[in-house]
This record gives sequence, C-alpha cells and structure tokens, in this order.
Amino acid sequence: MKQNVLTPYLFLLPGCVILGAFIFYPLLQAIWLSFTDYNMITDPAFTGTENYQRLFEDGMFWKTLIQTLIYLVGVVPALIILPIFLAILVNQKLKGIGFFRSAYYIPVVTSWVVVGITWEWVYAEKGVLNYLLEVVGLINGSVHWLTSEKTALFAVMAVTVWKGLGYYMVIYLAGLQSIPSNLYEAAEIDGANKWQQTIRITIPMLMPSIIIVTVMSSIAAMKVFEEIYIMTGGGPLNSSKTLVFYIYQEAFEKLNMGYASAAGVVLFLITLIFSIVNLKLMGKKENVA
Amino acid sequence: METPVTGKKHRPITVQTRPMMNIKTKVLLKKILVYLLLIIVALGMLGPFLWLLSTALKSGHENIFSYPPKFIPESPTLGNFSRVMDAFPFWTYLMNSTIVGFFTVLLNVLFCSFAAYPLARMNFKGKNIIFILIISTMMIPFQLLMIPIYILSLDLGLKNTYAGLILPHATTAFGIFLMRQAFITIPYELDESARMDGANSFQIWWRILLPLVKPSVVTLAIFTFVMAWGDFLWPLIILDDQKMYTLPLGLNALTGLFSADWRLIAAGSVISVLPIIIFFLILQRYFIKGATSGAVKG
Repeated sequence: MKQNVLTPYLFLLPGCVILGAFIFYPLLQAIWLSFTDYNMITDPAFTGTENYQRLFEDGMFWKTLIQTLIYLVGVVPALIILPIFLAILVNQKLKGIGFFRSAYYIPVVTSWVVVGITWEWVYAEKGVLNYLLEVVGLINGSVHWLTSEKTALFAVMAVTVWKGLGYYMVIYLAGLQSIPSNLYEAAEIDGANKWQQTIRITIPMLMPSIIIVTVMSSIAAMKVFEEIYIMTGGGPLNSSKTLVFYIYQEAFEKLNMGYASAAGVVLFLITLIFSIVNLKLMGKKENVA
Repeated sequence: METPVTGKKHRPITVQTRPMMNIKTKVLLKKILVYLLLIIVALGMLGPFLWLLSTALKSGHENIFSYPPKFIPESPTLGNFSRVMDAFPFWTYLMNSTIVGFFTVLLNVLFCSFAAYPLARMNFKGKNIIFILIISTMMIPFQLLMIPIYILSLDLGLKNTYAGLILPHATTAFGIFLMRQAFITIPYELDESARMDGANSFQIWWRILLPLVKPSVVTLAIFTFVMAWGDFLWPLIILDDQKMYTLPLGLNALTGLFSADWRLIAAGSVISVLPIIIFFLILQRYFIKGATSGAVKG
C-alpha cells in the first residue's frame, strides 16, 4: 500500500513538461513581450505600457474588437437556441434517426478549409444561395455575400452557426436524455400540451446545458479566425476582420510581436471573464451533485 | 360516457373506432411532418457539400456558372479528380496529416492518462494546486500563446518538422480531466489488492486501470484526432515548406493556385474531406459520447 514518494510526480512529469513548455512558459513570455518592442530581429526592448497605450488609440484594434463582439452577439444566441430545437427533433425514437444525427454532425468534423471553400461556392454571385433566395423572392438580383462590406461579416457568421449546430445539438441531446420522463407524464395528466411541456419542463431542465453552451460558444466566438481567413481574408476593406485575425497579421505578417502580444493579452482577459463565469456556474452545479 | 355497454353492441364500437382512426391518422401525419422536417434540415446541413460534389463531377465543357444552377451534372466525370491528384500532392498531405494525427493522439493518450492516474488515485503533496494549475490552462487562448510558442519553436529548430506540429498539442488539460474522471469511478480496492500481489504503480496503471477506461481512451483519441486533423492556424504559422503541409494547408494552397478553376478546387475539397468523413461514420457513436464529456468540462 505504501508507494514511493516520487511516484505520483513521475506520472505527472511528461504531461506537465508539455503544459509547462507550451502553455505556462509562453504565457509568461507573452505577458513580458506585451511590454516590449520586438520584431524577431533585434532583442526585445522594454517599453513599459506603450503597446497598450498604442492599442487604446489604434482605430484598427477597436474596429476588429467591435467586429469580434458583433460576431459574438450574432453567433452566440443562434448557437444557444437553434440546437435546442435540433436536439428535440432528433431525440425521437424513429427509424433512421441515427442517420439524421450523423448528417447534422458532419459539418462539425469537417475542417474549416473545406467548409470555407464549400460556402464560398454556395455564396458565389451566381451561386445556389442567390438563386434560391431569388426564387423565393427575398432578394432582387445577386447579392455579393462575401465581397460586400455590408454582408461579409454576417455571411461568415451564418457559416459559423451552421458548422456549430451539430456540436451543440449533441450537448443538448445528452441533456434531454437525462430529463426524467415522469415529468412529462405528470404534465400530460395535468393537460399540458407539447409546447407548454417544452417551455415549462424541457427548457428549465436543460439550463445546465444552456449555460455550458453559452460559455463555450462565447469563448469560441472571441477566438474566431479560420473562417475569416479562408472566406474573406478579413475584407472587404477590413469589414470582416476580427481580433485574432488582427493579432495574426500584426505578429506574423508585420512581425510586431510585442504589439500583437498586447492585443493577445486583451483577448485573454476577455475570455478569462467568460471562463470565470463558467467556473462559478459549474462550481454551483458540482456542489449540488 | 358511463352508459352500460352490454346490449348496445353497435354504437360503442363506432364511437370507439372513430377517434381511434383519428389518432392513427394524426400519428401518421405527425410522423410524416417530423420526417419532412428532418429531411429539410439534413438538406441544409449536407446540401452545400452535395453542391460541391456536383461541381467536382461536372465536365470541362459544362458551364458551372449556369444560372439557374444545375445540380445534376450533364455528363458526370471523374476527370477533375485525376487532374487535381496530378496537380496536388494529395498523398503527401494525407501522409503528413495522418502522421501528425497519429502521434498527437498517441502522446495525448499516454501523457494525459499518466498525469490523470495520480490525480485520481493517489495522495501527495501539492495535488490540489497541480490539478488547479492544469485545469486553468483551459482558460488560456492559444491565440495569445502562439507568438511565444512560435519563437520557442524556432529556437528548438521545430519549424517545418512533425515535432513542431505535434508537441504543442501533445497534452491537453481536457484530456487529463477526462481521464481523471474515468479513473475516479474505478473501485479503489482494485489497486490495493493488486499492490498486495506485488504490482507496482506502473503495472496497476497499465494492466488494471487502462483496460477499464477504454471508452474514455477512445473518446480522447477521437477528439484529439479530429482536432489535430482540422487544425489550421498553428500549421499555417509553423510551416512554410509545402512538403510538410497537412491537408487543410494543402487545400488552402490549392485554392490560391487554381483560384479560377472551381472544378479542381471542388474535387480537391471532396478528396481531402473523405478520410475524416469515413473516420467519423465508422466511429460516430463515440463522437456523441465525446461531445458530452467535453461539455462536462465546459
């Protein structure tokens, strides 16, 4: 029963070395770099809070931050609400339901590059979407979805929602399956119809899942990059550029490593707020369990 | 309602059958409606891919920009696929993606279940603080770390190497957490009796615990694989040698190369998405499980 004192640490060692080398050390270095001027050629020069002051006055930083928040405000509610209905839809005992669950999940496992290309083609000037919308009479003439300043960001948002639906659907599905069925039986006896059952039983009982989805999708939305890079390249005229895209460009195209790190620290602080809220809510749940 | 049934045979039957029929047709109608809804959503989710596939199958003389768009190719051809295979080193990219995916999974399964074992089943100094530190890494966005990791990788000579692609993702807090939750559920007596029999900690981990948490190992493996397979931002930063490209990067380069030829881009996309779709369809029931354990971690 007695074990060597060192044993637990030996088991922890490899994983902790990786996390230390590729998370903790870089975290400290990123914070340090955010107070320096560094271009990868000359050594980092300490500049105090200059990077942060510059960020504060940088129109492009604010533009990308605001666009990221617009993105979040558009995408998150859709990803909270729509997958609930999908989950209810696929939570029925029907023949072939497994096929539909898988079909809805396929966009989740597909890489962003393929999804981006697929939707660029759907959004094309003479593409399927314009055609369908014209047939229904919603638009008159082709819309340049990805190449117009007014629509580019929203067009990408729609794809993010589309790709995420299946993922959050599965989370809700697990939540739905843990609701005791006698609640519905009791409600039926009391004469509640399906809609009332959904509002009064399903939604409140799904609250833990809803909280999880809210936090997860918010953090993901703050970090949006791939879909923008592939579908619009941040354009036209920066109208779809997001914060991470801006960090990427500053760091790896302009080699402003210090300045980009400062923007990264801001991103970190924002996602940290979401994470803390998450921990608080999860902590509450764990205490109950 | 409560009238005696006996004697009046005829009426009660008709009274009973009519609502029965109504309920039956109602159920059937509802079923049709549900299936209709399921199919419409499925078209929404798969339609864009089918449209891409249709484009990939269209032959050179067919106008792919025809308006209204044509879903069924006039004379379907596989020519675009062979053309793109000539222009696009698909096998190299597939091999790179497979190597990166395989080793990322292997290291994650090993390191995460190593680290999870003492956290779940041993008492030692600093256990709580170590666990909290590990979990806290989930809050740190990679997008902040990518700059120092890039600098570190250059110092370590990891640019354009498999190690450079694999090592930064070789352990995740999510994986450690998932494995810890799995180890915790195993009765503690198993360890004790094995120890009585003279097994050391490593043997307990390898022979007793790991076989008991196979479903969690599979879940971790699948999620890590899909993550590594689809990763775009980190390979984009750490690779500039085309020979090292993974599928997403290769495909991205292809769109730059053939920006005008949508048939080839579509064919390339279809080819590069096939492996992961097949992988998913074979292992789909684990995906559902994994997404929910991912949700537990938040």
